[in-house]
Amino acid sequence: MTASFAIIGLLTIAGATAAMSLRNLVHCALALTVAFAGLAALYLQLDAQFVGFAQILVYVGAVAILIVFAVLLTRSSETPGASRLTRAGIWGVAIAVVVFGLLTAMISSSPAVRHPAPPIPAATVRDIGNQLMTKYILPLEIIGLLLTAALIGAVIIAMPEKEAE
Amino acid sequence: MTPLAGYLVLSAMLFAIGLAGALTRRNAILVLIGIELMLNAANLNFIAFWRYGANPEALTGVMFVIFSIGLAAAEAAVGLALIIVAYRHFRTTDVDKMSSMKG
Repeated sequence: MTASFAIIGLLTIAGATAAMSLRNLVHCALALTVAFAGLAALYLQLDAQFVGFAQILVYVGAVAILIVFAVLLTRSSETPGASRLTRAGIWGVAIAVVVFGLLTAMISSSPAVRHPAPPIPAATVRDIGNQLMTKYILPLEIIGLLLTAALIGAVIIAMPEKEAE
Repeated sequence: MTPLAGYLVLSAMLFAIGLAGALTRRNAILVLIGIELMLNAANLNFIAFWRYGANPEALTGVMFVIFSIGLAAAEAAVGLALIIVAYRHFRTTDVDKMSSMKG
């Protein structure tokens, strides 16, 4: 438990909480970006440099922009002033608290977390590339196909519908 | 608290926040944001277990996260396209008001 972990963790949690609780959707998207950047910093701290930079590229760079676009295209940034303290809302928060409590109890009682920390593993980009091109070649091809299909699918779904004549 | 436990608790907290958001917010975009947060919590778990677990040289956790990030990008693109289409149809992104099919 180092100071940097505490700071980054607090920042990430604060960003995520703000993203889920603010009224204005644009503010939510910005807070979400903070949370994603904090996660990228956590990955860097865990010695997974490649994943950290991929997180910045994909989430901070692409997904956050996509969400801002969706917010602006749907013009839903003005939220009604009605109280959100509904019964369903209370139930949702209660379920989340119960899930968090259960997970924490499991983590604290697990023997896996009491092992001493191993030395820093080497995960160079060269190693990752070698693995991607040998052992994980099939998943790589499948994810490429999936991304292409998703891209085309997203464009086709979002195309304006033809008016029925 | 060991470092691994710290990361796991942080990830559990992120998951709970995402779950609470996905369950309570009425805006479809915010529900999607909550799902993204939950996905990210799972990714953090993978990386933490890779870093502090056995056999880190196999890079299994890193590979899982790389593919998971790719999947999440595809999911976000399709999900937001669906939300835009639903908005065009219902003129709202409130998931409570999108209650009718074929209308």
